Amino acid sequence: MAARIWIFSVVVAVFLSISAFSSAQDLQIVNAERRIDLSSHIVKAFLTLKVENIGKDPAAEMLLAFPPTQIKNLAMVQALAITGKKKKKTYLPLDVKPTEQSDAPNDTGYYRVKFISPLGPGETVSLEVLYILTHSLEPFPVEITQSESQLVYYHDSAVILSPYHIKQQTTFVKTPTTRVESFTSIEPANRAGKEIKYGPYENRASYSYTPVIIHFENNSPFAVVEELVREIEISHWGSLQITENYRLTHGGARHKGVFSRVDYQSKRSVSGASSFNALLAVLPPRVNSVYYRDNIGNISTSHLRTGFRKSELEFEPRYPLFGGWSATFVIGYRVPLEDYLFEASDGRRYLNFTFGCPLVETIVNKLTLKVVLPEGSKDPSAVLPFTVNQELEVKYSYLDIVGRTVVVLQKDNVVPTHNVPFQVYYTFKPIYMLAEPFMLVSAFFLVFVASLAYVHIDLNIVRK
Amino acid sequence: MAALESPQPGTPTAMRNAFGNVLSVLILVLIGVLAFSIRLFSVIKYESVIHEFDPYFNYRVTQFLSKNGIYEFWNWFDDRTWYPLGRVIGGTVYPGLTLTAGTIWWVLNSLNIPLSVETVCVFTAPVFSAFASWATYLLTKEVKGSGAGLAAAALLAMVPSYISRSVAGSYDNEAVAIFALIFTFYLYIKTLNTGSLFYATLNALAYFYMVCSWGGYTFIINLIPMHVLLCIVTGRYSPRLYIAYAPLVVLGTLLAALVPVVGFNAVLTSEHFASFLVFIIIHVVALVYYIKGILSPKMFKVAVTLVVSIGMVVCFIVVAILVALVASSPTGGWSGRSLSLLDPTYASKYIPIIASVSEHQPPTWPSYFMDINVLAFLVPAGIIACFSPLSDASSFVVLYIVMSVYFSGVMVRLMLVLAPAACIMSGIALSQAFDVFTGSIKYQLGASSNSTDDAEDNTSTNNAPKDDASAGKTDKGEEIVKERSSKKGKKKEREPADKPSVKSKIKKKALVLPLEASIVALLLLIMLGAFYVIHCVWAAAEAYSAPSIVLTSQSRDGLHVFDDFRESYAWLSHNTDVDDKVASWWDYGYQTTAMANRTVIVDNNTWNNTHIATVGTAMSSSEKAAWEIFNSLDVKYVLVVFGGLIGYPSDDINKFLWMVRIGGGVFPHIKEADYLRDGQYRIDSEATPTMLNCLMYKLSYYRFVKTDGKGYDRVRRTEIGKKNFKLTHFEEVFTSHHWMVRIYKLKPPRNRIRGRTKKLKSKTSSGLSSKSVKKNPWI
Repeated sequence: MAARIWIFSVVVAVFLSISAFSSAQDLQIVNAERRIDLSSHIVKAFLTLKVENIGKDPAAEMLLAFPPTQIKNLAMVQALAITGKKKKKTYLPLDVKPTEQSDAPNDTGYYRVKFISPLGPGETVSLEVLYILTHSLEPFPVEITQSESQLVYYHDSAVILSPYHIKQQTTFVKTPTTRVESFTSIEPANRAGKEIKYGPYENRASYSYTPVIIHFENNSPFAVVEELVREIEISHWGSLQITENYRLTHGGARHKGVFSRVDYQSKRSVSGASSFNALLAVLPPRVNSVYYRDNIGNISTSHLRTGFRKSELEFEPRYPLFGGWSATFVIGYRVPLEDYLFEASDGRRYLNFTFGCPLVETIVNKLTLKVVLPEGSKDPSAVLPFTVNQELEVKYSYLDIVGRTVVVLQKDNVVPTHNVPFQVYYTFKPIYMLAEPFMLVSAFFLVFVASLAYVHIDLNIVRK
Repeated sequence: MAALESPQPGTPTAMRNAFGNVLSVLILVLIGVLAFSIRLFSVIKYESVIHEFDPYFNYRVTQFLSKNGIYEFWNWFDDRTWYPLGRVIGGTVYPGLTLTAGTIWWVLNSLNIPLSVETVCVFTAPVFSAFASWATYLLTKEVKGSGAGLAAAALLAMVPSYISRSVAGSYDNEAVAIFALIFTFYLYIKTLNTGSLFYATLNALAYFYMVCSWGGYTFIINLIPMHVLLCIVTGRYSPRLYIAYAPLVVLGTLLAALVPVVGFNAVLTSEHFASFLVFIIIHVVALVYYIKGILSPKMFKVAVTLVVSIGMVVCFIVVAILVALVASSPTGGWSGRSLSLLDPTYASKYIPIIASVSEHQPPTWPSYFMDINVLAFLVPAGIIACFSPLSDASSFVVLYIVMSVYFSGVMVRLMLVLAPAACIMSGIALSQAFDVFTGSIKYQLGASSNSTDDAEDNTSTNNAPKDDASAGKTDKGEEIVKERSSKKGKKKEREPADKPSVKSKIKKKALVLPLEASIVALLLLIMLGAFYVIHCVWAAAEAYSAPSIVLTSQSRDGLHVFDDFRESYAWLSHNTDVDDKVASWWDYGYQTTAMANRTVIVDNNTWNNTHIATVGTAMSSSEKAAWEIFNSLDVKYVLVVFGGLIGYPSDDINKFLWMVRIGGGVFPHIKEADYLRDGQYRIDSEATPTMLNCLMYKLSYYRFVKTDGKGYDRVRRTEIGKKNFKLTHFEEVFTSHHWMVRIYKLKPPRNRIRGRTKKLKSKTSSGLSSKSVKKNPWI
């Protein structure tokens, strides 16, 4: 702990010392408001910025800076430009890309936000930025017993880290309960109920950094899927088979010592407060043949509610998950093909499906999504709104000869915000659908011909 | 079936033959489908999962085989079980089942049919049941014609005794072994009937498969010599008998010795001596017959006296050597299980481990009715039918049924061997009865309308009355159809042993019953069959399909599932270290290794009595002593099964007396009497202090009183004796949802105070070691 604070103070010192160089920017932030939501283990921060161009040339883009401790846990950054006044606000999504800066102090990470139109000198623009952090709540104490509540640390800076000068800024931190053990106070700072307010701070130089630690209670389920492999198999005979392999852990404070079923069952409110045993998966509508099992058989604790807009699978792992415990399971289901497979104008087909993990409020450390195209498909290409690793594989399934092309999409650090549609385009000739039936028919035909021949051939050497 | 010599195509008989053949093939296919599908109740009612205990081991071995290949499999030393001893899996399993399933899996996967190993394992037993019913058809056809064959096959397809061991998921040796058993018998009879060396070789191969599959192969290698001996004694010696037997012994023994688990046992243990003895006898007899053929009667007499006097001496010496050899081994060269077959009281006297298994107990009468149902009544009729006329083949099945009835009376699991024999006998009985009744109906009808009908036409005009019957009961209709097609096959196939068929024709003519009586009897038989079918379906659906790993109960608010075993195995597998050792009673060893993938101390392969006794001793000792034993075995977790909360009767408290007995058998300081109050086993306030302080009691009832305030045990239907107590050396780390499985962790030894350590160190060499030997055999 102490070491980390020390590092932070060094960072601050360095930032302050080099701020003179970086302030040669043409932009400044007139007003910044940050709201950090710590109510679950996925940290969401909303940033409202008012940016002004104080230079002489129009600026096409601006930078968002993140300290190195956050950049590796940053799951997603989105930015919106606000145009129009109070009632007629419209939001326009902006292009956000991670970027490298050669003069980055102390491994600061950057995201580049491109304005809709270059910002002329003297003009201002309002931006809404949402960024999501995972694994940023550090349990302390690291191990708790069944009867204890889970306390976590959250590290951040009271002032917004930015390469620009910020005239005025405020930070609001929302905790899940009113129980806050401690928080670093940087005047002016105060706490009211579930909210801690830092600021307003005036005229902070670029790369200002004042580390704060908030120690508070958070008993929300820290459901972390360490690895999720989703396989989407397209069958042109009319269905889409989805198989999802989960390795789930409780990412919170580790459980220590006794697990007493008596206490867990009778004193549910105080015993195992941070544990969880119910999960919710949001599945597509018209889902059928749903199964939920693990490698030793079916798990019988699940309920499926199918609906018009979505289906919900409520399920429990075999045992309640306490801190550090893990479980593996498989969820599989089938959806009608016509809801997800379409023909593009150029004759190619494309699958339109949802990326991400169907479990609500979970972090996926490593998501591998495999789209198994039917045998004989060609030229696959995937279209996604964010970058993922892509590769191709071949999979052999029922009676395949040449194998099926598999488009493998791999992404780390996935949060529910990543559940957006993606497309996989490919070309496919329907004649390939008949290959396997034809094979079977000919195999049976051959068997009958062979037995016919056998019956009619006399294999005796000596004629009787 | 297909290999029928059809002389002149086009003639009515040939047409009828062809039609009959197609029909019986169709029926056989249907029987196969029936045998397969009646075993799927477990998958439909529960799920596609491996059942019970042993199948989990077999499943694990198959997984290993499919992952690592055959050579790795033979050399597999399993360090996950019998810690710290381990077990050489490749050399101690009957590999037939695993190799079969592994091969099926491999073939399917090389055809790009990606079935999982588990799926293949689950469905191996139903598939082989279909094979077994076809093998029954072949065997019975050799004995009494294809009508009896089809009837027997249909009966076997759904006999409850066999279903109980071969429902989908019951992935045990018996699943393939019964097929192998019947098929070996078929090939033996086939060889006996044809005298063909080709079938004799096949017979040896089938025997080899049987040896690979199941320890029950000793039944074959004793039954066939007995039959051969019977044939010789009754003057039925023929070259066919020689060909059927001699190659089997030579090739069979050589092949059997190739199976690692059998190895030299194939020539060394007493189970196999009968076959060698008969092998010698048959050669002597063959020699005698040969000499008799080349010598004149007078010379022969002289030779006989000469040979007999010399032979007596030689025999005496050989027997003396054998007796000396056998007597030198402690069990007389017999394995414990075989001995308990010969002497039913042997196990309960000397080997509590064998006696503690419920399937090694003698069956009760109701279990006969449950397992073979109406067959029990049909069997005597079948035996009678086999005596008229008695052929080599029919004498074999008579011998088979007699022996298997005896064995099933000793051990309930051997009911499985009885089932095929009972089916064959009943098939014969049913077929013969239908023959007689339909024959007399036809005769009576024929007599009234057209008196020129003769017996030979029986077969052709049989159809009319039978169709009436079959129209009534569709279930039974199948069997009736079978009878019909039988006759043609019989006439054709029985040419080698043609004498009996002539005799039976004569008999048929004589046996003419009144029309009404025949019709009533037919209807009764059909009802009997219908009753059998209903019983079998009920048994398959209700009695034998539960996987025992998942329990269900029907209550007012719907089905309730108790999935506690898998809950805790899954917990173990995900939340403990991969190398942690888990101690439990041996029943749960296989499941723990297969499902939780954790090292166990003892498992269901009860090869080391001392080791099991150690665990039994620990469970029946006080907490401190138990901790020491477990700690010396590197155990980290102790798993107990407890049914007191929901009323699950086969829990560890109910098995506890066996632990005491087995433990006490090796470590005499555990005395059964200490756990009994006036000879009664109880856990309430009347229980003995030893009982209330032993580890098993404590681990089972730890904090149990908190559930309802008074600690009412629903299995023993009483309040527990000691309610509030603390554990000092163990801590509860997991209890499943319905408390059926409770897992405890051994607490680490407490830090010793410096002074005490020194004192102990000085003592260790002398006092402590001698003291701990008494309590703990592993230090």
